[in-house]
Amino acid sequence: MMAMLRMLSRHRDLLYMLSRRDVTVKYKQSIMGFLWAILMPMLITSAGVVVKIAMAQMSSKGVQFRDVLPVAVKAAPWAFFVASIRFSTQSLSNNHNLVTKIAFPRAVFPLSSVASQLFDFAIAASVIVVIVAVSPVPATVQLLWVPVLLALLIAQVSGLALLLSSANLFFRDIKYLVEVVLTFAIFFTPVFYSVLPHVPARVGDIGSQGKLLLLNPVAPILEGLDAVIVDGRPPDLVWTAYAAGWALVLLVVTPAIFLRLEPKFAESV
Amino acid sequence: MSNIVLEARGLHKKFRKGELYTSLRDLVPALAKRAVRGGLGKSEFWALKDVNFQVERGEAFGIIGHNGAGKSTLLKHLCGILVPTAGELVVRGRLSALIEVGAGFHPDLTGRDNIYLNGTILGMTRAEIRSKFDAIVEFSELADFLDTPVKRYSSGMYARLGFAVAAHVEPDVLVVDEVLSVGDFVFQRKSVEKMRQVMKGGTTVVFVSHNLRAVADLCKRGMLLDHGTVSAIGPATEVIKAYMERGTEGAAEDPNKDVYVSRVTLRGAEGGDAVQFDAGERMVAEVEVTARRAAERLAVVIECRDEEMYDVFNTSTQRLGAETVSLAAGEKFTVKLALRLHLAPGTYHVGVYVYRYDIQKNYDTLSPAKTFYVRSLVDVRGVAHLEPEVLSQDKG
Repeated sequence: MMAMLRMLSRHRDLLYMLSRRDVTVKYKQSIMGFLWAILMPMLITSAGVVVKIAMAQMSSKGVQFRDVLPVAVKAAPWAFFVASIRFSTQSLSNNHNLVTKIAFPRAVFPLSSVASQLFDFAIAASVIVVIVAVSPVPATVQLLWVPVLLALLIAQVSGLALLLSSANLFFRDIKYLVEVVLTFAIFFTPVFYSVLPHVPARVGDIGSQGKLLLLNPVAPILEGLDAVIVDGRPPDLVWTAYAAGWALVLLVVTPAIFLRLEPKFAESV
Repeated sequence: MSNIVLEARGLHKKFRKGELYTSLRDLVPALAKRAVRGGLGKSEFWALKDVNFQVERGEAFGIIGHNGAGKSTLLKHLCGILVPTAGELVVRGRLSALIEVGAGFHPDLTGRDNIYLNGTILGMTRAEIRSKFDAIVEFSELADFLDTPVKRYSSGMYARLGFAVAAHVEPDVLVVDEVLSVGDFVFQRKSVEKMRQVMKGGTTVVFVSHNLRAVADLCKRGMLLDHGTVSAIGPATEVIKAYMERGTEGAAEDPNKDVYVSRVTLRGAEGGDAVQFDAGERMVAEVEVTARRAAERLAVVIECRDEEMYDVFNTSTQRLGAETVSLAAGEKFTVKLALRLHLAPGTYHVGVYVYRYDIQKNYDTLSPAKTFYVRSLVDVRGVAHLEPEVLSQDKG
């Protein structure tokens, strides 16, 4: 990991330019402009609201703002996760002309993909901040957890990006696999529903039977954001530590794998 | 020792031919098959085999060879894109490669954005690019199009911008591959000028090309690659000569040919074996034909092709009115044919055929048999040299 960090600081300008390229190209000649950044979170949130209404009808409770806000809070980071993984998986194969022609650390491709998605996430997050600010939810000290949880998410995403982008060079169907997994992953991730119990109970709480779903490394982070932002209480420490463990393992293991495979990239494209 | 900036010691590179499993879908059945059959043999070959060379600081070093000789593979090793199977490659200092101009250009971005993007890809920092920005723009002559997306550029403009960025990287070692053949003629000149300037500044240049004229012009020393091995190394002119002589070898090896071209020599005004000619010079092509079995009424066809292998000129002994030749088994004959080279500067190839017109039988083809290049004191372009003169420029 240290080797990769050293490399990144040496090539930070390249990383910046590639991220900037991805952002500029996306927003250039688009009707939607910056709406792009909030489109995905908005769609996810609307879908979540529909799901909540359906669940509320079964349990004959009404849907309240308190039930919808967590979906919006979790939708933005989830959209970031999905888009980063999807985009970075193909980053090396999409830049094959550079991979086979010019020598520089290949890790800048998946990482700049993540960085450009981070830009979108920042826009979406600022919308969430406004929504939370005008909502009756009080701000608490627990909000200090937010940067910690987001750092864990970014660490996990970066690790996966390194792993999947290099895997996709050797096996071209990895991207289809990733696509399928990402499409259905929302059912296994607590975005529309919650796994950890709330007091008072909300529409869409699965409860203790659903704890298995927290094994998904992203789940504790989303649940943690929900807890600190909406409920104003600390995240579940055990599960947060579990997510941090994933982040750490990914950050140590995937750069090592990536650097090991890197010399073979040009031959495998 | 410290003067050597680039050194290859016993460089080997192994490539695998044939199947590479590029999807899991293919890999799984292949693994199953392999498990049943027990170890599938891999077909491997050496793309580079025991390559050794040294390049000194400030030197211009040319690497030539036929297609598939290993030039590109070696180049990719120099740049660090590929890693050798065995041996080592030492590079002292910053190495930059001009393998493809405009690598990483994004069509939707403006010229300005692409200068920064391409520059960082080539290893410059943003601050460095900012300080050289004006020089880059000036060199590219594209100041008016800086805010136009490069997708609206012509291919010449695209190449110019790419070369302009690359030419300002200022590395210790510059590796150049064919890029001098981009852009229009005027820009090509400018590029060659820039290369000379870069070399004067103490930059080491490694130049890989088919363009023998450019190699001869720019490089003092060179190396000839053949099937992954170094077959000649030394002064550029000698290496180029070796490259051209190699063209005739191997032709006689096919024992099925009744008649074959056993030797082709090009001679210039001095009478010796020549590679470089002046425009308008008289060249004598000597073609030796050997018969394994008796053959009758043979004529020799000679052709001249330009760099892109387009036909420039062809004729034959019979079409010129000369007698056909009949050979008994083991006999040989030599034809001497003079040609006046009214050709524009460039690289040209000579091809030779042994042909019998009445039964339309082609006994042997050797094309290209030899390569030569033509220089001219006047700036003319194209294929033909029409020996232009400005007679007068009267007003009114």
